[in-house]
Amino acid sequence: MSKILKEVEEEVAKCMKCGLCRAVCPIFSELDNEATVARGKVNLIENVNSGELGLTDKYEKLMELCLMCKACVANCPCGVEVDKIVLKAREELAQDKGLSMIKKGIFSVLQNKFVFPLGMKLGSIFQGLAFSKNDGPQPGNNPRVSVGLDRRRVIPDLAEKTFKEEFPEVVKVDNPKARVAYYTGCTVNYIYPEFGESVVNVLVENGIEVVIPQGQQCCGTPVRIYGDTKTAKKLAQTNVEEFAKHNDVDAIITSCSSCGLALKEEFEEVLGTSPELKEFSDKVYDIAEYLVDVIDFDREGLGAVRRKVTYHDPCHLVRGMGVSEQPREILEAIPGVYFEEMDRPDRCCGSAGSFNLKYYDLSMDINKHKIEDIKQTGADTLATGCGACKMHISDGLNQAGMDQEIVHTVQLLDEAYQKRKVNREKKSKRAG
Amino acid sequence: MINNSTINRFKKVVGDEYVLTSKEELLSYSYDSTAGVDSVVPKLVVKPGSTEEVAEVIKIANEEEINVIPRGAGSNLCGGTIPVENSVVVVLTRLNKILEIDEENLTATVEAGVITVDVHDAVEEKGLFYPPDPGSMSVSTIGGNIAECAGGLRGLKYGVTKDYVMGLEIVLPTGEIIEVGGKTVKNVTGYDLPKLYTGSEGTLGIITKAILKLIPKPETHKSMMAIFDELDGAAETISSIISNKVVPVTLEIMDRVTIKTVEDFANIGLPTDAEAVLLIEVDGIEEVVERDAKKVIKICEEHGARQVKLAKTDEERDDVWAARRSALSALARMKPTTILEDATVPRSNIPDMIRGVNEIAKKYGLQIGTFGHAGDGNLHPTILTDERDKEEMEKVHKAVEEIFDIALDLDGTLSGEHGIGIAKAGFMAQELGEDGLQALRNIKYSLDPKGLLNPHKLIGDGSNE
Repeated sequence: MSKILKEVEEEVAKCMKCGLCRAVCPIFSELDNEATVARGKVNLIENVNSGELGLTDKYEKLMELCLMCKACVANCPCGVEVDKIVLKAREELAQDKGLSMIKKGIFSVLQNKFVFPLGMKLGSIFQGLAFSKNDGPQPGNNPRVSVGLDRRRVIPDLAEKTFKEEFPEVVKVDNPKARVAYYTGCTVNYIYPEFGESVVNVLVENGIEVVIPQGQQCCGTPVRIYGDTKTAKKLAQTNVEEFAKHNDVDAIITSCSSCGLALKEEFEEVLGTSPELKEFSDKVYDIAEYLVDVIDFDREGLGAVRRKVTYHDPCHLVRGMGVSEQPREILEAIPGVYFEEMDRPDRCCGSAGSFNLKYYDLSMDINKHKIEDIKQTGADTLATGCGACKMHISDGLNQAGMDQEIVHTVQLLDEAYQKRKVNREKKSKRAG
Repeated sequence: MINNSTINRFKKVVGDEYVLTSKEELLSYSYDSTAGVDSVVPKLVVKPGSTEEVAEVIKIANEEEINVIPRGAGSNLCGGTIPVENSVVVVLTRLNKILEIDEENLTATVEAGVITVDVHDAVEEKGLFYPPDPGSMSVSTIGGNIAECAGGLRGLKYGVTKDYVMGLEIVLPTGEIIEVGGKTVKNVTGYDLPKLYTGSEGTLGIITKAILKLIPKPETHKSMMAIFDELDGAAETISSIISNKVVPVTLEIMDRVTIKTVEDFANIGLPTDAEAVLLIEVDGIEEVVERDAKKVIKICEEHGARQVKLAKTDEERDDVWAARRSALSALARMKPTTILEDATVPRSNIPDMIRGVNEIAKKYGLQIGTFGHAGDGNLHPTILTDERDKEEMEKVHKAVEEIFDIALDLDGTLSGEHGIGIAKAGFMAQELGEDGLQALRNIKYSLDPKGLLNPHKLIGDGSNE
């Protein structure tokens, strides 16, 4: 048995092959092939362990067919952490076979402090060359030529100004109730800065001072889940050091589910536990969790937001960070919001980071169920807590000809606060 | 033997993509949910998409003399779908259509690969009810349920799968397609083949379609939990409920080991010093449910229940059943390997059975938790062990044998609902006698002269050839 797989030997032994994972695995639902379900993967890894099976190309492909959505973990009577087992299998494969060239390219860029931001920046200026404006109902672009991207896809605009360029390192408030550091993550910084803007706005509205550490980098999840532990380690280390510069903060806030889980749990797995890291992880909260559980956000006289809203649970938020009630509580608190729960809101949207690049058709087959469930609610707005989910669901909605707006939950709260401000101004004018 | 030309014959019938040949995929169909039985890698996996394709596949297997292992979700607990030498696994999950729900005749016609819970959902939407609810129902197929005659928590009042199979479409081991039974309540035309095939474990042919009996959905239900300091008190309660003409839909017991494990795992407020907990649900029309619930509570108290909790809301009902639902999870998390037995005795012998199991646990120094369907005498002694510990596994095998011995001594049976498969085939003569077992073999070989359908299962290795 390899040293890497040895680390999950006990986890592998826990699987009793009951097969209940067949009910919830999104990939198995599409492919109906036992080799792709959690139980099947564990069995294959056992066979690699016993020397019965080598690290074949087919085995590598089967290990790639996992969304890391944790649905099997949540449904497992024995609590087997299959995602962690598959990660180790990928790590072993990466070590044995090397990462495939495309991924290697992406991954080495991600860890470079200067090249990645510069590339994204140039991308935002020149995106018009490679992409044409999407004429479907969702905002974004279609690739002009197939550059490793399916031409049907809608790719969001890259922000002209990144989030970190738009905001100062410290957003001050008078007599702050608390001080937090905001981990933006790449999707907020480069693609959906409006998510981050609302995060800052609602925090400020609640009297919280926000620090945005400028040296923060990618959380490492995109590389870690494909077995590139070395790069993941470097990124985790850099981020921990960057946030250590602001260790006087009361909390570290995230607004992207995968980043949140990385900071909360996976940094410790990558770097090994230490008291300092524990202190760091304990401070990490998803924005919805922080607003509801920690500060009991201000709900006085919120302005009405007239929308019919449904909510999509990002895998790493609901099953990773255990946050699902809080965003719903925020939505329920906003007057005018008519909330309609969709069927299986916690089913994976199929995005799974770069999974949807390599397995686009499969990821869209998985996505179709989500689109159908959204459609059934009749909602005009989809709230969620993850930029990657937004990107993928937006693509699916576009192909289905649907124009639902996708927002981060806190954008609606932000809107309610803005309206409150307007209402109060009107009121004071009338009084005056 | 299976060579390329044979593989091509199968491909021609079902299409290239539905014949799996890679080592990785073959390994993935070498096991099922059964613990403690060695996996066997098949030569081939084929996934036919229609009854006709199943028939063609069987014909090729006959001509080429290849063993056939029918498989649904592979969630059985008797090794029923673990392949044998020189075998092709025939996966039936592509036959997944609910063809009809007939509200006038109260039947559902479904293909074999339909998931059990999908049948539940579809019929309940129309106010109807298909009672069999095996623990694996979220993944198990109807074809597999019929082949194993699956049971579940509602057996006491509503019976098991065999009570709901009215008609079947079957591909015989020689490749002919036959239809038996039908939508009529009364049918005495010939041998009762639907009953014979229900529980035949894939040894007599492949079930491809079924006509299932439905009943109206019960109007309402009430759930209770009763806590006992004495095992005998719980046992007397079980018998007394039944003799007082109340038939609960569910009457479950958890023993001391299970209670403690569940409480440690789920923290739901179970008393860890109790000797037994009974979980009871009555259903039906509102007036009857009210009356039955009161009766049950009174009976529990008369037989020394320390406490009886009646669930007043849906949430409270969920709490009651959370304890039962987490029983297997909680036990399974204690050790890597979980051997789940299902020896069954007449309900009046349940206390003796539980005591017997406890003595066996002590004798071999094993951890055994017992829970299960007390109302119908179907217990699940659950042995917690580690397959990698060869020494302990020897003890486990001995303990299992002794559990069978006591069950048979107490007028019980080897298996209530999991089936015999390969795991218990060796014990069949002990219960049926050599002549009884031979009668089963005679039936098998008259329908399957070459013995190709799921060989070695149910009747063991003896042949008639």
